[in-house]
Amino acid sequence: MARIELKDLAHSYLPKPGGEDDFALKTIDLDWDDGGAYALLGASGCGKSTLLNIISGLLEPTRGQILFDGADMTHAPTTARNIAQVFQFPVVYDTMTVRDNLAFPLRNRGMQASYIKERVQQIAEMIGMDSQLSRKARGLTADEKQKISLGRGMVREDVNAILFDEPLTVIDPHMKWELRTQLKQLHREFGHTMIYVTHDQTEALTFADKVVVMHDGRVVQLGTPEELFEKPAHTFVGYFIGSPGMNLLDAKIDGSTATIGSHQVPLGAGYAALSGHTQIGIRPEFVTFTDDTNGLPVQVTQVEDVGRHRIVRVGFEGNTLCAVLPEGAPLPEGTQNITFMPDQIGVFENDWRVTPSTGGAS
Amino acid sequence: MLELRDVSMKVRGRTHIYNTDLKLEPGTMNVLLGPTLAGKTTLMRLMAGLDKPTTGQVLAHGKDVTGMRVQDRKVAMVYQQFINYPSMTVFDNIASPLKLMGKSKAEIDAAVRKSAEMLRLTEMLDRKPLELSGGQQQRCALARALVKESDLVLLDEPLANLDYKLREELRAEIPRIFRDSGAIFVYATTEPEEALLLGGNTATLFEGRITQFGPATDVYRHPKDATTARVYSDPPMNFTPCRKEGGQLIMADGTSAPVGGAFADLADGDYRAGFRPNHLNLNAESDQSMALTCTLGIAEITGSETFLHLHHGDDKWVALVHGVHDFEAGSDITLWLDPKHIYLFDADGQLALPAAYAAAA
Repeated sequence: MARIELKDLAHSYLPKPGGEDDFALKTIDLDWDDGGAYALLGASGCGKSTLLNIISGLLEPTRGQILFDGADMTHAPTTARNIAQVFQFPVVYDTMTVRDNLAFPLRNRGMQASYIKERVQQIAEMIGMDSQLSRKARGLTADEKQKISLGRGMVREDVNAILFDEPLTVIDPHMKWELRTQLKQLHREFGHTMIYVTHDQTEALTFADKVVVMHDGRVVQLGTPEELFEKPAHTFVGYFIGSPGMNLLDAKIDGSTATIGSHQVPLGAGYAALSGHTQIGIRPEFVTFTDDTNGLPVQVTQVEDVGRHRIVRVGFEGNTLCAVLPEGAPLPEGTQNITFMPDQIGVFENDWRVTPSTGGAS
Repeated sequence: MLELRDVSMKVRGRTHIYNTDLKLEPGTMNVLLGPTLAGKTTLMRLMAGLDKPTTGQVLAHGKDVTGMRVQDRKVAMVYQQFINYPSMTVFDNIASPLKLMGKSKAEIDAAVRKSAEMLRLTEMLDRKPLELSGGQQQRCALARALVKESDLVLLDEPLANLDYKLREELRAEIPRIFRDSGAIFVYATTEPEEALLLGGNTATLFEGRITQFGPATDVYRHPKDATTARVYSDPPMNFTPCRKEGGQLIMADGTSAPVGGAFADLADGDYRAGFRPNHLNLNAESDQSMALTCTLGIAEITGSETFLHLHHGDDKWVALVHGVHDFEAGSDITLWLDPKHIYLFDADGQLALPAAYAAAA
């Protein structure tokens, strides 16, 4: 296991990159702690697969360094990096038994037979395949084959890190629950450094202790699931985390008041003068309907009943906002007033979260 | 109207669809909800006329179309994989069904621009599909399905291959896009939340049978049996054995609560209690709420909510609670359940008593 450091890393697929737009990965400085469970989360095309391929050695970065426990691995081949990988689709030898598939990476490294036997048994139990060890892989379901791929990724104890690239794509929704849960338990049990790439927030937030959110070739936040929800560092994180995502409104910020059109919204903290494009962000969970006519006047445009709660969409000053109402709450119609919970409002300047100058938690 | 009369489908002696009767009205969204292999795609292929049923008839506007070629019917289908012609522009992709129908240039131009506008593709009309994002490619396929003004539009998990944020946006748009078209829409999905968001009617499917059909929230809140309740709940509904004695509901661990209303008229005896994960709370909702001590397996975070995987005696439950919580795995935790959220099922899985909250909702 190892601590992995990325220093001033950047990558362009062009032979002679010019400006920043030519780079798939802009400047990245990031430390992955030894034994940490990380997720790399972002939309398609954000650069997360490029970053993963640079860590595993499939790609050489245009600029910057990769260190494993302080040793420069930037130009080391994949085999020298000692990394296990699990891919989107199962990679299983059909003609081999489940046991031989799991034992394969250990036999390749010339491990002792007694150790292999014990270790394979342990892994098979963890992935729930111990009763099928003697079966041929051929004829197993896609779920089962992917479990074998996961097991084989975890079987070696001496790897520097395990990389997962969207490993649950082929798994049926009902089965995803089970595998996500097992992966987390596997991490707790074995303590490997794990990096899990996904575009799915539930997979990322469930699996990882720390989530790296990428957007447009940059890391926009490294944080715990709580931090991403409560204090998104960038408007993209606000939008991407949560369903529906954070509401964002252009606003003028003056001390502890935000002005939207002709309306004023009290903020939970005070802010120094801001010069860029300023916005406030509020999650739908913290938007409430009120009888108070000092609230913001809105027009209800759409109500979606998703069972456990309702998503109410409203029009306000040319924007669409979402509010989440609990099951059974009375349904608002027509013209209404809404308020935002002041201490749940975030302020953003040029898309980045601004730390308040007075009051409130940063 | 599209009607299935006693339609069934057997392939090599195996029944894929059991005898089914179903009527779908023009201008409605009808969601087929069920797990993989429940029979959703088979049912759609029968509706489209791509396959001939083993028994029964398919009627369109009262006319028997069983066995009629799909080309001779006004049917459009969109699949999970984005299917577009890679060498044609978006405009020509959307226009292709109209060209086959021999429409005039002016008609084609107007129709393509109208459906491109609805699917926000106007600025992409000159591009090739591979220059578009996944979401835009699927919009292009949707626009092509809409442009020929079919009577029947079949959508087979059309959003399954998209990033969840794109899925979220298209889900909110689809009811709006389809509302005015007047066609019959049939939409297959494995996800209960998608069925609820799309609204309209839901048919729950399980192992080749439609277990219930009706307005989405009706089926969700008033399932007629345990199978429908399980299919229409993600994560699945929690079940546990219980007893009814007079006015008391007694759980397997001895926890009990007084229940009023229609419960009093139910025969005493053993039942299976079912309740949804979001009705297990971290706080007591009312004086009637039962405190249930569970052991936490693992907590999962979805963004704004947390799933708790629990063991309660021999039962495995899931709770869905608001907010982001980090509990210690293996710790004991008390969850509260208000009896008004409990459905009672009999030994055959038929609903014996609906949850009181659902009657009020």
